[in-house]
Amino acid sequence: MPDVAIVGTGQTDHKSRRDDVNIPELAREAVDRALADAGVTFAEIDAVCFGNMDLFEGLAENEHWLASTFGAEGKPLLKFNTGGTVGTSTTMGAYYLLKAGFYGRILAVGFEKQAEGNSQGAITTVGDPIWERPMMAGAIGNHAVMASTYVADSGVTEEQAAKVAVKARRNACLNPHAHLKLPDITVEQVLESKMLAYPLRTLDMCPTSNGACAMVMAGDGHAQKLAARPAWIAAVASAHDQSFQGDSPKRMSEMRSLIAVRERLYAKMGITDPVSQLDVAEIYEPQSYAELAMCENLLFCEKGGGGRFIDAGTPLIDGELPVNPSGGVLSTNPIGATAMIRVAEAAMQVMGRAGDHQVKPDVQTALATGYGGNAWSDALILTARQPSR
Amino acid sequence: MSEPRFPEEPLFVSAELTLRYRYGAGSEAAHYLEGLKERMAFEGTHCPKCERVYLPPRPVCGICYVGCDGWLPVGPEGTITGATVVEVPFVDPITGEQRPVPYGFAFILLDGASTNIFHFVDETDRRKLGVGMRVRPRFRAERTGSITDVEGFDLIREEGP
Repeated sequence: MPDVAIVGTGQTDHKSRRDDVNIPELAREAVDRALADAGVTFAEIDAVCFGNMDLFEGLAENEHWLASTFGAEGKPLLKFNTGGTVGTSTTMGAYYLLKAGFYGRILAVGFEKQAEGNSQGAITTVGDPIWERPMMAGAIGNHAVMASTYVADSGVTEEQAAKVAVKARRNACLNPHAHLKLPDITVEQVLESKMLAYPLRTLDMCPTSNGACAMVMAGDGHAQKLAARPAWIAAVASAHDQSFQGDSPKRMSEMRSLIAVRERLYAKMGITDPVSQLDVAEIYEPQSYAELAMCENLLFCEKGGGGRFIDAGTPLIDGELPVNPSGGVLSTNPIGATAMIRVAEAAMQVMGRAGDHQVKPDVQTALATGYGGNAWSDALILTARQPSR
Repeated sequence: MSEPRFPEEPLFVSAELTLRYRYGAGSEAAHYLEGLKERMAFEGTHCPKCERVYLPPRPVCGICYVGCDGWLPVGPEGTITGATVVEVPFVDPITGEQRPVPYGFAFILLDGASTNIFHFVDETDRRKLGVGMRVRPRFRAERTGSITDVEGFDLIREEGP
């Protein structure tokens, strides 16, 4: 089966409002940038994969009126409708099609215009209507409870979580596409920001963003023509947990779906010491405590060591394993694009195109993850080296 | 041919949707909700292979891929495994109205169950609410055979001297 690579990426400059464009225009900005980055036109694209959740903007079957936006007339146009993982589901869908040899070049797109949508209303329908929905407390209430379990297990302090929030918004200042850029943010400001649901404060949470991300992906033979240094997809993994939110005993603290994908990816890649074997990680961290919990689950540090991990500076942009040098989800969250941004940012690092937040000139191995509640994890390993060669 | 003209202020079009749904609850729900209504009893389904007791109840164990073989009583008391005090407004999924804040919210492992449920807790001081605390359910006097027959959980507080 052919190797598959990312050969071009494009993002909008993510913002809290984009009243100057409609949804197709917003998505098209990222598409045009990705095509330009790869040096291709629509004529050279064989198929399009795109991701978006119907209920968030109240638009069912939007593939019809978005077809022109994606240059998809007369071509296969596949839509992915998963939740927080939609950006990685779309990427992995495109990867499977290329890997199977059906197509040579695919355009992948994810977008969200939250200012025009009803994200909270849509999220109320995530829970099982019989068993869960009447008691749901929204994404923030749910994340706060998960964080409380993680705090009880790990002893992570509010100050340590605040350091994650600070890291993200300072890294964002180096990323022209990032939304929430706070160059002078301090731990004290995070701790003084409004309490949403203990232990989560406003600055512990991701923002509400509008934006889009697109990537040109290509199979062996095509990829080398489109990029001097393609970001090869060396391994992918996806795993679900059981049906209900309370099924996983420790939830985020021991996230079974993330542990499952980690085990598969690391086994395939021969990774036994991720901090030394990975050059950079772009993980889907919806809030500050989650990043530390996920770093534990990804074995970036020992169990219960998330606080010491950030204290030691290991995940800082100049640390031994930079985590989310882009500013991460804490700085930018256009939900339908968020997970694809993780992959695109990891690809930019491998391709050497991350600009001011490039962690080092020669990134060989990068990890990207997607998060769909605790119930679903996706993860990909990108490499500079072509997998089968 | 004329040039396109753009308005000085962005133009918006509003839309409002009211959608009604009616979901089949399944046979486990029928048994379980009758127990809540008639006996104020919690019951979970038992996996014969791994011995997990599932709440919400379900016909199959997703870990062993075998059918559950019956019902076991769980609770009514339980232990908090995660908790918060929600201070940010959120639209109540049932009423469509914003739920008043603050309110206590927790994941609870009922005694004898292997999986957590989540519910409201009668404590809004976050310093008095935490992992490991014990709770008991507060049932409504008028029960209709709904999951909301349990109004919430109360902390089992130490009796004063």
